[in-house]
Amino acid sequence: MADAPVRARLAAYRRLAGAAVRAQLAYPGSFALQCVGQALAQAGDLVAVLVLFGHITAMAGFATHEVLLMYGIAGIAFGLADGVVGQLDGLPTYIRTGALDALLLRPLSALGQLCASDIALRRLGRIATGLVVLVYALVEADITWTAPRIVLAVTAPLTGAVVLSAVWVVACSVCFWVVEGRELANSVTYGSSMFTAYPLGVFGPWLRRLMGFAVPGAFVAYFPTLALLGKPDPLGLPALLQWSSPVVAALAVLVAGGVWRLALRHYQGTGS
Amino acid sequence: MTGRVIETDGLVRVFRQRRRPDFRAVDGISLRVDAGEAVGYIGPNGAGKSTTIKMLTGILVPTAGTVRVCGLDPVRQRRALSRRLGVVFGQRSQLWWDLPLRASFELLRAIHQVPPAAYRERLAHHVELLDLAPLLDLPVRQLSLGQRMRGEVTAALLHAPELLVLDEPTIGLDLVSKERLRRFLADLNAAGTTLLLTTHDLPDVERLCRRLVVVDHGHVLVDGPLDELRRRFSGTRELVVELGAPAPADRLAGLAGVDSVRVEAGGLRQRLTFRSDSTSATALIAAVAERVTVRDLAVAEPAIEDVVRQLYGEHG
Repeated sequence: MADAPVRARLAAYRRLAGAAVRAQLAYPGSFALQCVGQALAQAGDLVAVLVLFGHITAMAGFATHEVLLMYGIAGIAFGLADGVVGQLDGLPTYIRTGALDALLLRPLSALGQLCASDIALRRLGRIATGLVVLVYALVEADITWTAPRIVLAVTAPLTGAVVLSAVWVVACSVCFWVVEGRELANSVTYGSSMFTAYPLGVFGPWLRRLMGFAVPGAFVAYFPTLALLGKPDPLGLPALLQWSSPVVAALAVLVAGGVWRLALRHYQGTGS
Repeated sequence: MTGRVIETDGLVRVFRQRRRPDFRAVDGISLRVDAGEAVGYIGPNGAGKSTTIKMLTGILVPTAGTVRVCGLDPVRQRRALSRRLGVVFGQRSQLWWDLPLRASFELLRAIHQVPPAAYRERLAHHVELLDLAPLLDLPVRQLSLGQRMRGEVTAALLHAPELLVLDEPTIGLDLVSKERLRRFLADLNAAGTTLLLTTHDLPDVERLCRRLVVVDHGHVLVDGPLDELRRRFSGTRELVVELGAPAPADRLAGLAGVDSVRVEAGGLRQRLTFRSDSTSATALIAAVAERVTVRDLAVAEPAIEDVVRQLYGEHG
């Protein structure tokens, strides 16, 4: 029997996500507090940036508004990714309790079910802070607006979210091999949150290669920011990279899909 | 519905273990189950029952051997199979803990894309048979185990699967809940759904299954109709005779094939134990009727527990 139409499957995922959202909204007060908490956490990092700029005028070749631009894009991207795939952190529990087996008994992808049914709406707080910072930076920074740049300003946070989600999926797939691999996964996922918000030049060459390119963190906010500003890369990297985030995102999704399938096959090969 | 629902050939599953020899949880199981059968798949803990079920349902890849369920390869065609297969785990829930039971059913309807009319009809059917009406609006976490199991069974059947696999469905249930569930499953099987049931609760098997597959150490020990197994492995059976008038024990002593006679109720009831292989119940009854006036007779079948205990004894 062929798979059900895509539309019907999407409707099923939407139902799962809807149920998760309703469950989270069941306690509105607690939900609001969680959102505010997320917004403040994101803003807390911002204070550090601003304090830093009280003492310096440029960070690795970027002025305040330029860093804020990067910071806004990265914040939204991370919030979106965290909200949709962030709950994959709970994978070890799913494996240990056998709940993953129940997901495998349904005619949907296990990854899709995990994401949809654990969607974390409180990350909206984080996204809101990112959005405020981004809009402010877009207005204040010196941008020569062209049609491609307008499209980029809107899509960069989304593309970044796709890249970070793919990173997240790959990192959490580790849990299939090492059931308590969560710490390792978190160092990559939450590490990316910090890494993507600042100019590449503030990090050492080793970390740049690892977190910027092996984990393609540089394509989340750094390169899109350069493209928006029409600024040559202070590190001298090719200008072509500045517009290549969508391609990198597509590749990252392919890799993540492959790694997830491999991980699931490993799980089916070993049992829990 | 006709045809083969489960077909495995030399199914093997080896688990590699750190610093210990490999564990062959399933070691060459060949099993054929036809549409409409009700099969009890039993064995002690660690016999390989759950591992077999995981391979049948596509959760686990076999190390060797072949497996087809509903004509499909369970791992490679997992999603297609999941539409034709229902699974109930006694010890893990497939329902959404925080949602009302009804919302869990709604989600499963969307997941399995059950047409709305068919869904309404099936839900109404289950609500009636399993008395779910008072539970539909309660969050699953508030249900008792027995109530939840009724929900689990309904959840596994909303897409009308051809095969229902139950892993310890009555574990922890009280007697009334057990009986209700067994009655429901018996009717379901009578209506054509194939059942594969693992259980430690042998009355489940006795009530539901005409066929028994006994596994131990990853091997099939015995596979056959329940009645035949009873005959083959029953040690002794018992003929209970109610007499018209009291008689002393020696009146019925010395009949061919009888091991012992026990007198009860002042000689009005006598229990004769005999071996199936040395005499038949019919021959014995005839011999008894020649000696005394019989008011009533009953042949007690050996309990399935005794049969299984003896099986393990012989093969262990």
